[in-house]
Amino acid sequence: MNLEYIGLKEISGPLVVIDGVKDASFEEMVEIHVGKELRLGRIIQIEGETCVVQVFEGTQGISLANTRTRLKGKPLKMPLSKEILGRILDGMGRPVDGLGEIFPEKYMDINGEPINPVKREYPRNFIQTGISSIDGLMTLIRGQKLPVFSGNGLPHNQLAVQIVRQAKIQDANEENFAIVFAAMGVKYDVAEYFKESFRKGGVLDRVVMFLNLANDPVVERIVTPRCALTAAEYLAYEKDMHVLVILTDMTSYAEALREISSSKGEIPSRKGYPGYLYSDLASIYERAGIIKGGKGSVTQIPILTMPNDDITHPIPDLTGYITEGQIVLDKDLALRGVYPPVNVLPSLSRLMKDGIGEGYTREDHPEVANQLFASYAKVQEVRALASVIGEEELSELDKKYMNFGRAFEEMFITQNFHEERDITQTLDLAWMLLGHLPKEELDRISPKTLEKYYVSPENEGRQV
Amino acid sequence: MSETSHGIIYGINGPVIKVRGNYPFKMYEMVLVGNEKLIGEVIRVLETETIVQVYENTTGLKAGETVTPTGKPLTIKLGPGIIGNIFDGIERPLTRIAEETGAFIKRGSSMDNLDTDKLWDVRIKVKQGDTVKPGDIIAEVDETDSVVHRIMVPPYVEGEVIEALNDGSYNINQVIVKVKEGKTIHSLTLVQDWPVRQPRPHKERKHLDIPLITGQRVIDTMFPIAKGGTAAIPGGFGTGKTLTQHQFAKWSNADIIVYVGCGERGNEITEVLEDFPNLIDPRNGKPLMNRTVLIANTSNMPVAAREASIYTGITIAEYYRDMGYDVAIMADSTSRWAEALREISGRLEEMPAEEGFPAYLPSRLSEFYERAGRVENLNGTFGSVTIIGAVSPQGGDFSEPVTQNTKRFIRCFWALDKSLAYTRHYPAINWTSSYSEYIEDLTDWYKENIKPDFMDKRTRLSRILQEETKLLDIVKLIGSDILPEEQKLVIEISRVIRQGFLQQNAYNEQDTYVPLQKQYLMMDTILKLYDRLQKLIPLGIPVSVFRNAGVFEDVIRMKYTIRNDDLGAFDTLNENLNKVLDEIEADYKDAERKND
Repeated sequence: MNLEYIGLKEISGPLVVIDGVKDASFEEMVEIHVGKELRLGRIIQIEGETCVVQVFEGTQGISLANTRTRLKGKPLKMPLSKEILGRILDGMGRPVDGLGEIFPEKYMDINGEPINPVKREYPRNFIQTGISSIDGLMTLIRGQKLPVFSGNGLPHNQLAVQIVRQAKIQDANEENFAIVFAAMGVKYDVAEYFKESFRKGGVLDRVVMFLNLANDPVVERIVTPRCALTAAEYLAYEKDMHVLVILTDMTSYAEALREISSSKGEIPSRKGYPGYLYSDLASIYERAGIIKGGKGSVTQIPILTMPNDDITHPIPDLTGYITEGQIVLDKDLALRGVYPPVNVLPSLSRLMKDGIGEGYTREDHPEVANQLFASYAKVQEVRALASVIGEEELSELDKKYMNFGRAFEEMFITQNFHEERDITQTLDLAWMLLGHLPKEELDRISPKTLEKYYVSPENEGRQV
Repeated sequence: MSETSHGIIYGINGPVIKVRGNYPFKMYEMVLVGNEKLIGEVIRVLETETIVQVYENTTGLKAGETVTPTGKPLTIKLGPGIIGNIFDGIERPLTRIAEETGAFIKRGSSMDNLDTDKLWDVRIKVKQGDTVKPGDIIAEVDETDSVVHRIMVPPYVEGEVIEALNDGSYNINQVIVKVKEGKTIHSLTLVQDWPVRQPRPHKERKHLDIPLITGQRVIDTMFPIAKGGTAAIPGGFGTGKTLTQHQFAKWSNADIIVYVGCGERGNEITEVLEDFPNLIDPRNGKPLMNRTVLIANTSNMPVAAREASIYTGITIAEYYRDMGYDVAIMADSTSRWAEALREISGRLEEMPAEEGFPAYLPSRLSEFYERAGRVENLNGTFGSVTIIGAVSPQGGDFSEPVTQNTKRFIRCFWALDKSLAYTRHYPAINWTSSYSEYIEDLTDWYKENIKPDFMDKRTRLSRILQEETKLLDIVKLIGSDILPEEQKLVIEISRVIRQGFLQQNAYNEQDTYVPLQKQYLMMDTILKLYDRLQKLIPLGIPVSVFRNAGVFEDVIRMKYTIRNDDLGAFDTLNENLNKVLDEIEADYKDAERKND
């Protein structure tokens, strides 16, 4: 049936309401002709013959009378083929680079389908990012979803670029490695920065870019990460590629969701976000992983800016509950000139326990990581004390912790944007820093490992 | 208008659909929605329309499609084949779904909940002429090599056995016993149906005075839980809720473990699936999977099924309790379940209470936790259901509605602490904000089965830790150097308790599970050391001398150095400690004499 409906019943924000619609199905796509212009929309609620439609291109210029609407009879599907590599697409997956249409090999529903847990392969393979703080303390694992929690004005974009440039995935090569980059509500310069960096890194032809910029329609932002992940799943599960997905900025995405929810008149829960924010974010983040018997993988690095640097804000909070850890960037460190300003204490990688140690990185890695966390936590206590009684008054041991803390931040966390350290260098560096502390303080490390690796600064013959 | 045989879809909003037509749907009736026959449940009945929540993705559903009633509430099948299996929130077998539809879960997959082809070796326990009443055991099946599945008379059947098959291999739908009740004849098979929202009946509730042993020191010793009890593990993300739940599932001495992954990560379920078949049950040397049931409704699976998954889990737990087993159910996480309630409530445009949660959140939580308990079953056996619910408070703030309302209905509270997790102190259970109301009920058991002074020693540990908390407030202000030596000792010994006793390494072969005897001896060793040092300090020996002699480190490392099966080593450890301390004492006295 290909009926055309003339006019609308109501327009509210990005939503329009059409009356008298027959045979509409939930989440079906519609074409809305406004004069000569064609816009796309999606049915998000059906009530008898009344449909609520969200319009991807926005509702400006639409009146109750000037539209003709046609149902397309199918949900939003994305045309896909291996040609998408190296292409720049808009937030809905339509080419914007002027290189012509994509000749599709397959159409896939952008909502994807949940992976059956029985068919998932538990991620175990370590991805070396060449960044000490990440590799050593919150190791990225292939098939993981590890977000970067950042704040405004922090170098999360540089960090993402550095990860992409340096990431070494075991048994991945030029041929089967791809990057899917989705920008949601980011500024033009930011998108440009990523594009430029990909070009400089010589990986531009391995990248699929989805761009929904800050001034692009809000509704389109809702489907951008879904289109990107559909492309990633296609490359990973149909074309056996290892795909690294970067989603930035998830905060803009969640805000778009809130905007639409409020236009629909839904009951808000925390901070005005809809009650289904958790489920909705999960439907994005859970689309990472490895399928049993498959050769490809989808690894996600979503980036989000914490509003007001508040980690308990609903967006980072719910994200943290879904993702497998988080890399938290910290303003204080950034102000002190530490790059990358990774605040290691609240940062975590849930999957690292099974992807490090003997056979993966090095046998001492788990213990060293634990010890660094514990000792650095102790440094924070000592610093709090020093701020009250002054550093001079500290005990000898506490002074050693102060030194360790400084060295840890200046040498281990701090790293040049172009510096790449392999895992052995990272671990050796960690041992050198632990040498600042007396052996007895290293209670997270077994005597056997201590015996093999511990170096005290005296033996080293130099003061750090 | 006459009644129609079905309803018609009128409105669709996410998982909630409005149904019109004049079929009289019943509240909580299970229905089949649309042409694809998606499973749904009636959640509100109005004069002109019926509201249905759909357990699957509703994309593509159209207004005008039919909604077919099934006449019964949301029901699951209970019978052999549950153990060792993995189901979704409404008991669909994920392994077989994977065989049919591949790696991704497609909609509308309808298949039998339990394997109907498999033949089980059935031992019939009744004969013609016997009188049976609800709960009586009519047959037994070795479900796995750890679990004997007892086939029971369903709670609504009683009467005289008029026909019973001989022992043999039967599938689950084979009628094995016929029971005559008045004029009706009930044909009993290996399975029975049960509506998930209704608790299964029992004879009477029992006092909770037996602990559920988990092998985790901070639980068993500090904050124990009784069999049939309820506990909550609240903690922000990254504090180790799931890890702690996994430790329970692995090591607790329940006969059956039901693990409900409710709205959590897919990879975590996969981890359990990969780990459990390789882990050995410390009680019988069999794989842990042979006593485990997994209910997995990951966060990206439909939200309505997430709401149901908790009930599916507890119903399975009650069913095995009825056979006389001690069952522990882990729900990870109840917050996701509460959020599912909120999401559906929001779509129904109900008036929200706190933070958008529906006003009926507390009553739903209490209904769930009250299904725990240790009971005498209808058939005279004793069984228990212990509920351990993880709570994921928003922003890690325990004052939010789910944590607060949960606290009212549980008696064991294991508060996970972010700052402990940051220092990688696991399990990150905070010893000042956690509590167990079972301690008094369980004291007698510990007295009789472990050591008479077990609980006294526990109280001492806890008192030292309290003292440390107070001292640390002072240390934060002025540093530890100027504390008197007695107080320095409290701080040192507390460190030993924290690092040597409370911290437990889940990845260490010896430390992942620690028997109660060893827990006692560890406590004993720490306290003996403390007593001895308390006597030495007044002689004027500073704490640093003992620290440099390494006595504290020796005690901290005892969890690794002393094997679980070599508890005699504690004597050696204590002797060695005493020897070191004797030497220090002698040296000191010598030095003093010389000074004189």
